[in-house]
Amino acid sequence: MTSENIAAQRIWTRPPIIPNPNLRWALIIGTIIYLIASFATIDVNWIRVYEGLERGKKFILAFSNPNFVDRWDEISYGMIESIIMAFSSTVVGVIISIPIGLGAARNIAPLPVYLICRGIIALSRALHEIIVAILLVAIFGFGPLAGFITLSFATIGFLSKLLAEDIEDMEKSQAEAIKATGPSWLQWINYGIQPQVMPRLIGLSIYRLDINFRESAILGLVGAGGIGATLNTAFDRYEFDTAAAIIIIIIAIVMALEYSSGLIRARLQ
Amino acid sequence: MLQLDKLTKRYSTGDLALQNVDLEIPNGQIIALIGPSGAGKSTLIRSINRLIEPTSGSAILNGENLTALNSSGLRKARRKMGMIFQEYALVERLSVMENVLSGRLGYVGFWRSFLRKFPQSDIDEAFRLLERVGLDHMADKRADELSGGQRQRVGIARALIQHPELLLVDEPTASLDPKTSRQIMRLICELCDERGLSAIINIHDVALAQMFVPRIIGLKLGEVVFDGLPDEMTPEVLTDIYGEEDWEATIRKIEDDDEEDEELL
Repeated sequence: MTSENIAAQRIWTRPPIIPNPNLRWALIIGTIIYLIASFATIDVNWIRVYEGLERGKKFILAFSNPNFVDRWDEISYGMIESIIMAFSSTVVGVIISIPIGLGAARNIAPLPVYLICRGIIALSRALHEIIVAILLVAIFGFGPLAGFITLSFATIGFLSKLLAEDIEDMEKSQAEAIKATGPSWLQWINYGIQPQVMPRLIGLSIYRLDINFRESAILGLVGAGGIGATLNTAFDRYEFDTAAAIIIIIIAIVMALEYSSGLIRARLQ
Repeated sequence: MLQLDKLTKRYSTGDLALQNVDLEIPNGQIIALIGPSGAGKSTLIRSINRLIEPTSGSAILNGENLTALNSSGLRKARRKMGMIFQEYALVERLSVMENVLSGRLGYVGFWRSFLRKFPQSDIDEAFRLLERVGLDHMADKRADELSGGQRQRVGIARALIQHPELLLVDEPTASLDPKTSRQIMRLICELCDERGLSAIINIHDVALAQMFVPRIIGLKLGEVVFDGLPDEMTPEVLTDIYGEEDWEATIRKIEDDDEEDEELL
């Protein structure tokens, strides 16, 4: 190897994401210090944990002996209520989400419509289901109506946002080609945009059905009906075996939904 | 007759894409629009059917001032202008038939189009056109199952089923291999001749334009710098449009091997 060859060697390293070295190191060190400080503030009462282990053990043991029988009437009633709540709120939520999603897509909606629709989405996403449910239980009283409205409202925030993003990512040329044939606005949506976003819309709707079912199990804890109410009662009575049965049924249904949504989405492309 | 009168487009970024373009295209004439990337070819044809709004000037199609139309008037006028696209721009998840029938959207009501219950005359016409472009056996295939050349044929059928008075063709061969490119260009020109259609064809390939199109317009930085016959395309003209390069090899070189690929597909 000649000296010219050595001189021709040029060093290359990947450019850092944050070019300013001071800023880069400040961020790295700051993150580490914050992490250590955060862990230091977690106050663990080890004696309490030890005592709690006993109750945890009882609870887990109950799973080996779940009791579907004694409270079957309550369990099946709560379960059916949850399924109805999840299904109806998904359907209503999806129907309302479609126009809001169209309005929230910047590439097809005029600015004022866009801002209003994005506002609705932000409101829906800002308020957690539990908070909405507490409010609605206060208005409509205990029962599944409050849960149904809560889940419909939450579905709007979820689905409109993702639908709008899918519309914004669509292939512009396909929509443009349809527009060039002189269709009405609705025909344009139906031919130029709907085929592009339909698989994702269906996939997201099934996913949301799954989420709504799981949420319906939680909403019962604040009195908004469904299987959650039954579960809550079982815990209050220390009937861990019944609680275990309920949780097993919830897991089974969620898994079934997960499996079927995977099947359906695979066939949609 | 299409008349462009001082058609100008300035983008909001300040770029002047078209500057006072004056152009007259008699009925039944096909023109090729050539020019380097960014010369405004695409902007020009989109300014005619107003997929891009021109800033000033006017475009008049058979006596109707397109630039002055309100939105419902524009919708009706767009039905008279068929458009063919570079990347075919078929709706990929719709069938070939649905893509062709989408050319009739301007003529049928929402529910008919939503339920895919188009008038029998439209369906007959769609089959006739698919047969003409050699794809009638593909009617129920999904558009994304087709090859590039087949897709462009569907795009052509979609434009023609509009019964247009003018075809706007944006780089029809840019994504196709050389042989398919020629077949597509030949098909477009034949169909225009059969129907007495005028057409504006944006095209990168100068040799292909010379081969098929009787009138060539050169566009450079948004201005018309050449308007003449294919034979008048000299190296000097090409240098004027595209810049300095050795043009001898480009011009009319493929003239002699033109006849061997008559079959379609």
